[in-house]
Amino acid sequence: MSGTFTKSMARNIFYGGTVFFALLFLALTFDSMQAIPKRDNHANLTPSVIAGKKVWEVNNCIGCHTLMGEGAYFAPELGNVYKRRGPEFIKAWIQSQPTGTPGRRQMPNFHLTEQQLNDLVEFLKYSSEINTANWPPNIEG
Amino acid sequence: MQYSSQAVAKPYFIAAIGLFTGQVLFGLIMGLQYVIGDFLFPAIPFNVARMVHTNLLIVWLLFGFMGAAYYMIPEETETELYSPKLALLMFWVFLVAGAATILGYLLVPYATLAKFTGNDILETMGREFLEQPLLTKIGIVVVALVFLFNLTMTLLKGRKTSISLVLMIGLWGLAVFFLFSFYNPHNLVLDKYFWWWVVHLWVEGVWELILGSLLAFVLIKVTGVDREVIEKWLYVIITMTLVTGIIGTGHHYFWIGTPEYWQWWGSVFSALEPIPFFAMTVFAFNMVNRRRREHPNKAATLWALGTGVMSFLGAGVWGFLHTLAPVNYYTHGTQITAAHGHMAFYGAYAMVVLCIISYAMPILRGRAANSEKSQVLEMWSFWLMTIAMVFITLFLTAAGILQVWLQRYSSTPIPFMAAQDQVAIFYWLREGAGVMFLIGLLIYIASFFVSGETKAKAA
Ligand code: HEM
Ligand code: HEM
Ligand SMILES: [Fe+2]
Repeated sequence: MSGTFTKSMARNIFYGGTVFFALLFLALTFDSMQAIPKRDNHANLTPSVIAGKKVWEVNNCIGCHTLMGEGAYFAPELGNVYKRRGPEFIKAWIQSQPTGTPGRRQMPNFHLTEQQLNDLVEFLKYSSEINTANWPPNIEG
Repeated sequence: MQYSSQAVAKPYFIAAIGLFTGQVLFGLIMGLQYVIGDFLFPAIPFNVARMVHTNLLIVWLLFGFMGAAYYMIPEETETELYSPKLALLMFWVFLVAGAATILGYLLVPYATLAKFTGNDILETMGREFLEQPLLTKIGIVVVALVFLFNLTMTLLKGRKTSISLVLMIGLWGLAVFFLFSFYNPHNLVLDKYFWWWVVHLWVEGVWELILGSLLAFVLIKVTGVDREVIEKWLYVIITMTLVTGIIGTGHHYFWIGTPEYWQWWGSVFSALEPIPFFAMTVFAFNMVNRRRREHPNKAATLWALGTGVMSFLGAGVWGFLHTLAPVNYYTHGTQITAAHGHMAFYGAYAMVVLCIISYAMPILRGRAANSEKSQVLEMWSFWLMTIAMVFITLFLTAAGILQVWLQRYSSTPIPFMAAQDQVAIFYWLREGAGVMFLIGLLIYIASFFVSGETKAKAA
C-alpha cells in the first residue's frame, strides 16, 4: 500500500484479473463439457429416469437427503442407495413411511404410484452408475 | 440523512430483521428434530422446515443488500434516488411474494405446490436453495431488474465512486447468476455443474463484492479515513476474491461426475480463497486504528470489525478445513459442511447486513447514533449471537469429525443412522447454543426500542 501503488492501478488489476480468470474458467468448463459424457452415464438417461428425476424434485427429497454428497444431512446418502439396498427394498421402504417409531427421525409418505416408484428407482440406479471418482469412500455413503 | 430518498431503506431493514427471526425459529425446530425425530411431525417435516430456514436466510439477506444499496447509492452518487416510489413498490412486491412462498411451503404439500405454480412448464424446483416455485423465481428476477434499473439510473446521473461501482457490479452479478436457477437439465451431472454457478459464484464471487463495498462504506463513515486509501484496499480485496473464487468453484467438482483434473484446479484455487477474507480483517482493523474521528456509533464499528474476523473464520478457516480434495473425499456432505455453512453465512453476510443496519438505522431515525443504553444492549446482542455461532460451529464440527470416523474412515464403517445416534450429544449442545443465539437476537431487537439520551442529530 505504498504511495506508488495507486487506486487506478488496483482497479485495472481487478478488471484484468477478473476477465482473465473468468475466461480461463469458461475454457475449463468448455473442456469439461467435452469430457463429462465419458462419465455421466447419459446412455441410461431413459424417459423413466427423466420422470424419476422429476419425482425426486417435486417431493423435495434433497431437503433431507444428500445425492452425491449434496443436499441435506438429516438422512442417508442416496447417490449409492441402489447399490446399498437394491430396487425392491427402496420401493418397500418408501411405501412403509412414516415408521412412527417414537423419537426416531420421520420420513413423510409421498403417496407415490407404482409408476412413480419405478421411475424413482430407475433414477437412483442411473445416479449410482455415474463415475464419481470413487466417492463415497464406502457403501454406507 | 443527507438525501430524503434514502428513507426507502428503512422498510427493507425492518423486513430483513423480521425474516431473520423467522429463519432462526425454524433453525431451532430443525435442531430439535435432529434429536427428537418426530417433533412436529407430520405438521412440519424436516425438509419443509429446511426450505423455510434457508430461503428465509437468502431472502432476508437480499432485503438487507437492497436496503443497503438504497441507503448508500444516493449518498455515494450525491443525488436523490431515481425513483423512491418504485423502490417502495418493489418492497411490497418482494415481501408479499416472499411471504406467499413461505406459506406455500408450510401449508401445501410440495408436489402440489409444484403442480399449481407452473413447474410442469419449466422444471426448476426441488433443488437445494432453489426450491422456490417458478412464479416466485420470476418474481425475484422482476424485483431484481427493477431494483437494478432504479439504482443504475441513479448512478448514471450522479458521482461515480469506486464503492458504488463495486456494489453495482456485485448486484448485477447476483441477478445474472440467479438466471442459472432456470436451467435444470435432465442430466444430473450438468444439473449439479451449473447449480453451483448460482450457489458458489454467489457466496464466493459476486456477493463478496457486495460485502466489500458495504464494509468499505461503513469504514469510511465511522473512521473518517481517506476514501482513496479505502477504495484502493477494496479493489485489492475483490481482485483476490475473483482471481481465486471463480476457478475455486472447482472444489465442488470433485465427486459429481466431472473430470478429475478439477481435484487439482479446485483444491489449489480454493485454498487461496481465504486470502481475501484475511485481507478484509486486516483492512477493518487497520482502518479503525488509523481513524481520524471518534464516531459516536460504537456498535457499528464493532459489527464492522466482527464481520472481518468472523468471515475469515467461517469462510476462510472453516472453508480451508475441508477444501482440499483428499480431505473433502471424507468430509463431503457431512456435518462439517453444515458447520462451515453456518459460520460463513453468519460471519460474512448476516454480519455485514447487521453492520450497515447498525450504522444507517439511527440516521434513518434522525440521530447520528443511538443512546448509550441502546448501544450497550446492541453490543450485548453482538457478543451473544457471535459466541453462540462459534459454539454451533464447534459442536457441528465435533459431530462431523465423529461422523466421518464412524461412517467413512474406520475399518468397520457403520450405517448413517447408527452414526447419527452416536453423536446425538453434540446435536443437543448445538440446540443449546441455538437458544443462546435466539436470546441474542431478541436482545438485538429490543435494542431498537430502548430510548435514553441520544447523541447529536444526524448531519
Ligand atoms: C440459531 C440456531 C440455528 C439452528 C439450530 C440451525 C439449524 C440448522 C439445521 C438443523 C440445518 C439443516 C442441516 C441439514 O441439512 O441437516 C441448517 C441449515 C442451514 N442453516 Fe441453520 N440454524 C441456525 C441458525 C442459522 C443462522 C443464523 C444461519 C446464517 C446466518 C444459518 C444458515 C444455515 C445454512 C446456510 C444452512 C444450509 C447448510 C448447508 O447446506 O450446508 N442457520 N440450520
Ligand atoms: C462467505 C463465504 C462462504 C459461504 C457463505 C459459504 C457457504 C457454504 C455453504 C452453505 C456450503 C454448503 C453447500 C451445500 O449445501 O451443498 C458450502 C460448501 C463448501 N464450502 Fe463454502 N462458503 C463460503 C466460502 C468458502 C471458502 C472461502 C471456502 C474454501 C476455502 C469454502 C469451501 C467450501 C467447500 C469445500 C464446500 C463443500 C463441502 C462439501 O463437500 O460438502 N467455502 N459453503
Ligand atoms: Fe464454494
